[in-house]
Amino acid sequence: MVSRPSSDRSGATAVDGPLRPSDHLDKTGERGAADDGSPAQPVLGVVGWLRWGWRQLTSMRTALVLLLLLAIAAIPGSLVPQRSADPNGVTQWRATNPDLYPTFETLQLFDVYSSVWFSAIYILLFISLIGCVLPRTKHHWKALRARPPRTPARLSRLDDHVESRVAVPEGEDAAGHAAHAVDLAEAQLRSARYRVERYDRNGVASVSAERGYLRETGNLIFHGALVGVLLSVGIGGGFTYTGQTVITEGDGFVNSLGLGYTSFNPGRFVDTEALTPYSITLDRFDVTYAPPPSGQAGDFAAHVTTRFPGQKAEDQVIEVNHPITMAGDRVYLMGNGYAPTITVRNGAGDVVFSESVPFLPQSPTMTSSGVVKIPDTGGEQLGLVGFFYPTVATLQSGALTSAYGDLVDPRLTFFVYEGDLGIDNGDARSVYALDTDGMTEIAGRNADTPSLELSPGQTVQLPGGRGSVTFEDETKNGAPESVKRYVSLSIHNDSSAPWVLAFAILAMVGLFTALFVPRRRMWVKATPGGDAVTLEYAGLARGEDPAIAIAVADLAQRHGRALDDEPASAPGVPANVN
Amino acid sequence: MSFDDISVLLLWTAIAIYTLGFLAFTVDLARRSELAIKAQDAKARTLVAAGGGGQTIDEIHAEEAAAKVALEAAPSKRGRYLFARLGVVLTTIGFLFHVGADVTRGIAAGRVPWSNNYEFALTGTMLVVMVFLTVLVKYDLRFLGAFINGLIVILLGGAALAYYVEVVPLSDPLKSVWLVIHVFVASLASAFFALAFALSIVQLLQSRRERIALAAVGSDAAPRTRLPFLRTLPSAEVLESLAYRFAIIGFVLWTFTLIAGAIWANDAWGRYWGFDTKEVWTFVIWVVYAGYIHARATRGWRGTRSAWLSIVGFTAVLFNFTIVNQFFQGLHSYSGLPS
Ligand code: HEM
Repeated sequence: MVSRPSSDRSGATAVDGPLRPSDHLDKTGERGAADDGSPAQPVLGVVGWLRWGWRQLTSMRTALVLLLLLAIAAIPGSLVPQRSADPNGVTQWRATNPDLYPTFETLQLFDVYSSVWFSAIYILLFISLIGCVLPRTKHHWKALRARPPRTPARLSRLDDHVESRVAVPEGEDAAGHAAHAVDLAEAQLRSARYRVERYDRNGVASVSAERGYLRETGNLIFHGALVGVLLSVGIGGGFTYTGQTVITEGDGFVNSLGLGYTSFNPGRFVDTEALTPYSITLDRFDVTYAPPPSGQAGDFAAHVTTRFPGQKAEDQVIEVNHPITMAGDRVYLMGNGYAPTITVRNGAGDVVFSESVPFLPQSPTMTSSGVVKIPDTGGEQLGLVGFFYPTVATLQSGALTSAYGDLVDPRLTFFVYEGDLGIDNGDARSVYALDTDGMTEIAGRNADTPSLELSPGQTVQLPGGRGSVTFEDETKNGAPESVKRYVSLSIHNDSSAPWVLAFAILAMVGLFTALFVPRRRMWVKATPGGDAVTLEYAGLARGEDPAIAIAVADLAQRHGRALDDEPASAPGVPANVN
Repeated sequence: MSFDDISVLLLWTAIAIYTLGFLAFTVDLARRSELAIKAQDAKARTLVAAGGGGQTIDEIHAEEAAAKVALEAAPSKRGRYLFARLGVVLTTIGFLFHVGADVTRGIAAGRVPWSNNYEFALTGTMLVVMVFLTVLVKYDLRFLGAFINGLIVILLGGAALAYYVEVVPLSDPLKSVWLVIHVFVASLASAFFALAFALSIVQLLQSRRERIALAAVGSDAAPRTRLPFLRTLPSAEVLESLAYRFAIIGFVLWTFTLIAGAIWANDAWGRYWGFDTKEVWTFVIWVVYAGYIHARATRGWRGTRSAWLSIVGFTAVLFNFTIVNQFFQGLHSYSGLPS
């Protein structure tokens, strides 16, 4: 509205208004005036500067600027792949932008949310927050005990003001009737959950009422709970661990660092020796495929048997969105694939390898790739690079592909290499990759023998009498399908998560009250004048309060009606004039 | 004819009716402009002799007070703008078709109709209209009708053309009660943000006009306003506090969305927060609106600057829904669109 005087100015005393940062608009006194660049300040000492800096940091304006900076600073992390969420994306990005990579790396653009600049913003913001909330809490604590403020001398100057005159009933004096009317108003306001205080003087009776302290309480709870969320996340990170494992049908996993995990990331304070050694065995993995052309896979369900040491086994199902809980760990189903069982014999006919090997899916139709490494053959070391097609089909180029994710016509192909696997020197090597430097291809595109191609139950000979490779048909061993499936599980322990949730809900509740509980002051004043009493009702909103005018009108109406209904001449109502 | 075909048919019917609603509301604004200009001309004529074209401050205040009363008048006591009433009727009919389109899509899919971009748009815009029509009972916001209908026609038409996908079964991560709750509440929050956004824009126009009108107080020339209908609308301050009221409802719902999303992420992916692109944007939007609420309480930021934050906030909501869903890499690849 054009040049409307702020309603805050009128009447209200500063004493018990919520203490807010110096530039906060809702303040009542002009405490902040000195901050707004008052010119002739004395020379500041170190303490003075510190105090000035602190006041700046905890000001509303700084909070706002830091909030906006936080929003802006969060954006790059959605544009550039982040190491924490998408490490492969970072590798790819590096390959496509080799020139920019070092600059981005220096700017920590691949680790935005743990970068120095992002951290600086949110840490400053939270320091500002704490510096803001603590004094306000203290002040609010006092305000909760303070009396509602004195009735302003001229209520008519308030925006929301209603006035009426009532005649003094027969046989009563005006002052007595005024006091009685205010008694009634006091009772009404009290039952409407206002805190009330009488200010009667010189025959003029008035009641001052205030409600909605909950608004400031909610605001403080909200901001405090944000600190709670941050602390829970920060401290909780040290006690969190996550690990991954892969289990093939029929196999099991033991929750122990040496035994079960393919990878494990403990927080700083995790005692890795103290893991509960429960076990999980994968009995069966279910999945359904929509008919072609969509072929979409769904209804993933890992049927497992779980067991704590010395206790009875239990059957459970792990599904997407439905992790199971083991000793405080949550066990998630993250992925699945095929693990063809492969048996390799050497030239002498001895079995040198027989395992179900997990193959990594490469496409929605489950074309999968995997590697077999055989260090001990009795002769040269062997390495097999394989592709698996659950439903084999031939592309126009002649290359094989999978047409469908389910096992309709499974096929396994291998390139075979001979030589040094490079695993003797102790380097950690991925089980999913074969380093073919220093190896000779003996079957495949660059060899005299074409790549091996097998269906379940089939055996093919390796060239040069080196032995044979068998793709086992698992139905022969009583399995329901010719090829076993595997699942990858993710195991998480985050004991801070419940705290984070609790603080988040607390913040939400605080926010709700802070935004929707109206905080207002009301006054009812009765001024005797001859044979009539002038009644004045006025209200003052403290903060956002769209309904204040209605509230004042309501009060006037209800009070007027009550006065009419209950003639003051009724006996037993002592005139209460202090 | 399958339920999905019926849904598409109903949808295009709704778009056509909303277009008519848009036209009706636009005519309404034009007529209000005409009235405002006439009033001004009449006044200018009487004042030529007296020698003054600008309004007096009292006249400005009277105009504002009248507009505020009109804003809060009960439906039966409102200005009888013919075309505004026609606009409301058309919007309501369009809305009924829109609901029909949404429900039949849900029946066709056998689940809630908000699990890919096309359906988010269908349901989200429906909620915008629902909130708008509901709010009309309390406040006379018919002056927003042209804006809201225009926005809906663009979003809905755009979605029907660019985002339409056949019904396909849900992927496993989406099979969760949180799909029902989290996504719905996010859409509802967006609807409130949309209304706040519309009001903030009108607020900016209005405060510009007010500045000009104030400058013209006491001067000879009548102020020239490009959009004279603004004179029949509430003052910038009233518009601002109305925008704020919708924005804070949206903000509480968005806070809930954020928390519900984290709970869902914890079930589906084993962590409640991982700065996935969609999570980042949900967070950014939340922080922008927190900034907006702060701005309203910060000296020097109330008014025009905070209105810009509300506009930026809703722009981010739209950006999150369109560009981020479609083009940004992340776990939340639920647009249903080929990448
Ligand atoms: C993490 C940073 C922060 C966030 C997300 C945040 C968010 C919010 C939100 C959502 C509100 C509205 C709800 C309410 O009234 O309680 C609010 C209000 C408020 N905040 Fe913050 N805040 C933050 C930091 C701060 C800081 C650092 C200060 C102090 C300088 C501050 C001072 C206030 C004040 C005084 C209000 C009341 C505004 C009013 O009366 O309308 N906040 N904040």
